[in-house]
Amino acid sequence: MEQTAYNFKEVMSKPERLAPGHRMCAGCGGTITVRTVLRALEEGDKAVIGNATGCLEVSSFMYPYTAYEDSYIHNAFENAGATLSGVETAYHVLKKKGKIKDNFKFITFGGDGGTYDIGFQSLSGAMERGHDMVYVCYDNGAYMNTGTQRSSATPQYADTTTTPAGKVSAGKVQVRKDLAAIIAEHHVPYVGQSTFTSNFKDLYTKAQKAIYTPGAAFLNVMSPCPRGWGYEPGEIMNICKMAMETCYWPLFEVVEGKWILNYEPKNKMPIEEFLKPQRRFRHLFRKENEELIGKFQKEIDRRWEELKNKCS
Amino acid sequence: MAIRERLSGNEAVAYAIKQVNPDVMPAFPITPSTEIPQYVANYIANGEIDTEFIHVESEHSAMSATIGASAAGARAITATSSCGMALMWEELYVAASNRLPIVLALVNRALSGPININADHSDSMGARDSGWIQIYAESNQEVYDNFIQAFPIAEDKRVHLPVMVCQDGFITSHGVENILLVEDDRVKSFVGEYEPEHYLLNPEEKMAVGPYAVSNYYMETKRAQRQAMIQARAVILETAARFEEMTGRKYGFFEEYQMEDAEYAVVIIGSAAGTCKAAINEIRNTTGKKVGLIKIRVFRPFPEEEIARALSGVKAAAIMDRSEMFSATSGPLGAEVRAALYQARSEVEVVNYFYGLGGRDITVSDFKVVYENLETIARTHVVTGMYEYIGLRSEQSEEV
Repeated sequence: MEQTAYNFKEVMSKPERLAPGHRMCAGCGGTITVRTVLRALEEGDKAVIGNATGCLEVSSFMYPYTAYEDSYIHNAFENAGATLSGVETAYHVLKKKGKIKDNFKFITFGGDGGTYDIGFQSLSGAMERGHDMVYVCYDNGAYMNTGTQRSSATPQYADTTTTPAGKVSAGKVQVRKDLAAIIAEHHVPYVGQSTFTSNFKDLYTKAQKAIYTPGAAFLNVMSPCPRGWGYEPGEIMNICKMAMETCYWPLFEVVEGKWILNYEPKNKMPIEEFLKPQRRFRHLFRKENEELIGKFQKEIDRRWEELKNKCS
Repeated sequence: MAIRERLSGNEAVAYAIKQVNPDVMPAFPITPSTEIPQYVANYIANGEIDTEFIHVESEHSAMSATIGASAAGARAITATSSCGMALMWEELYVAASNRLPIVLALVNRALSGPININADHSDSMGARDSGWIQIYAESNQEVYDNFIQAFPIAEDKRVHLPVMVCQDGFITSHGVENILLVEDDRVKSFVGEYEPEHYLLNPEEKMAVGPYAVSNYYMETKRAQRQAMIQARAVILETAARFEEMTGRKYGFFEEYQMEDAEYAVVIIGSAAGTCKAAINEIRNTTGKKVGLIKIRVFRPFPEEEIARALSGVKAAAIMDRSEMFSATSGPLGAEVRAALYQARSEVEVVNYFYGLGGRDITVSDFKVVYENLETIARTHVVTGMYEYIGLRSEQSEEV
């Protein structure tokens, strides 16, 4: 597909494929991810949207109403990858048999719980088999649908309901899993990591590439959750900006095995700028936890250098 | 003219798959059903069928992908056994509640633990409440015939339910028997072209599958599934009648063997019915005692009234279960048949036996003992326990 110059106004005026009236929270990053990714579908292209169980599913397809303008399938928590594999395979065979003429695209959404953890095997299988589909992880760093329990995407030291900060606990012990890199190691043609930049160009163009690259593609999108992270809904764009500026959440893509860094801040900001507006890291700013911020920073630096090496 | 062949049960199912030529088959290997996807992969490799095989990484994904393919508008099947079915368990419910006409070739094998690869019915009996139609077979011929009939049953507008076609692991799945195959064109016209009404890839109509349904709606979904199960009874019989027209082979909810004048009856599922028939022939020939057999073919929906009627003339019946359900009273078949008899206000004496767990052999002499016990029960009106075991190694085995 021809890549045209990004025109914010034009992109934003495309018809919504996630209709208003769903029950997601105000300021929910997941919803923004879905709307932006679906906007990247060419008008006139048909699609089947898949969805792992999670906030998005229970809030956007509550019987008897669906918020999706396209055909949609939710199956269970851990099998969005496998379910869409089945849909995509059905498409190929029915097309081969001449039973359907139209072109369909296949996009599935899962939260980090359904993607990094319980649905990891199903995702890995779907990617390895190379189905012509896009798996989009809206990564909000915890099991938000069930009330902010820790996942393997949860950043270190985050206060969650299963890793609460307490008298002898500073939140989650482990560092987060790097899922985009793991999926890249499946040697799929396209992997992108993104979040919300001020005009959504990064996510929109990555979604276009993911959807229109033949074969399996994966998008990992940091999608902040106001309730789980503890910030004012209006702060979301600033939090995303700080995630990029501190290199907590680097923007990169892996195209046919080639690692490309999409954004390198001129002045890398200290991690405190990302942590400070979020209630889940509040305990790190207590006097006795000062060294933890240093450890957090060290891990960010280590991973940033590692990424830059991959991309050089 | 029918084709005479010698096939194992797995080969027979694979051959039926080739004749039906379904659209999508996701599958994951597990003994003893592994051969089925292997044969299908060979048909595909040699360009003999159009089926797309999905090499899923687990049985959970096998059923998930089958559900995706079926919802998308494809005729979708899979095959599994034992722990594979247990891993699918969540998805079995999703398939049934989404009213997807999936056909599953189940080769019955004991559930772990301890791990065991041989036949019993603990896998399918564990899934008996999942909303699937369950059809069982005694022989390779029956599993072939049942598999072909499964598609028109599942896809009938009055039903729209998934169907599990069950056969006993190794006993029929690997045992080679003479078999009569139906010609390809006749199978194709019997099964018909799959034309779903509503599906994800319908360009004329968008569809959303798998909603979150709160308490205002959930219960009606279940009631609708029940209605489909009720309606499946007629469809199963109509399909059997159509199959009989084509092949001359007669099927119903169950087979009655020597039941016309029977005083003592065994009720059983699956391949052990063959052994029981041998025992019946021997008993009748040598003693003239009136012994008979009811072999359940359709366990879901359960033919309650029909079974009660079929047993109404006997003095005592032995219900034979090839799986435990640890109620500490009955096995699954025992509980169902007892309930049917109670509902019919029957006075038939009933004893429930467990046999053949994990592939433990059951012999003609075991059945002879069962019939002797039935005579004693009919005479004394004493049933020593709610259930008994056949073929335990020793009395010590009854220790905790």
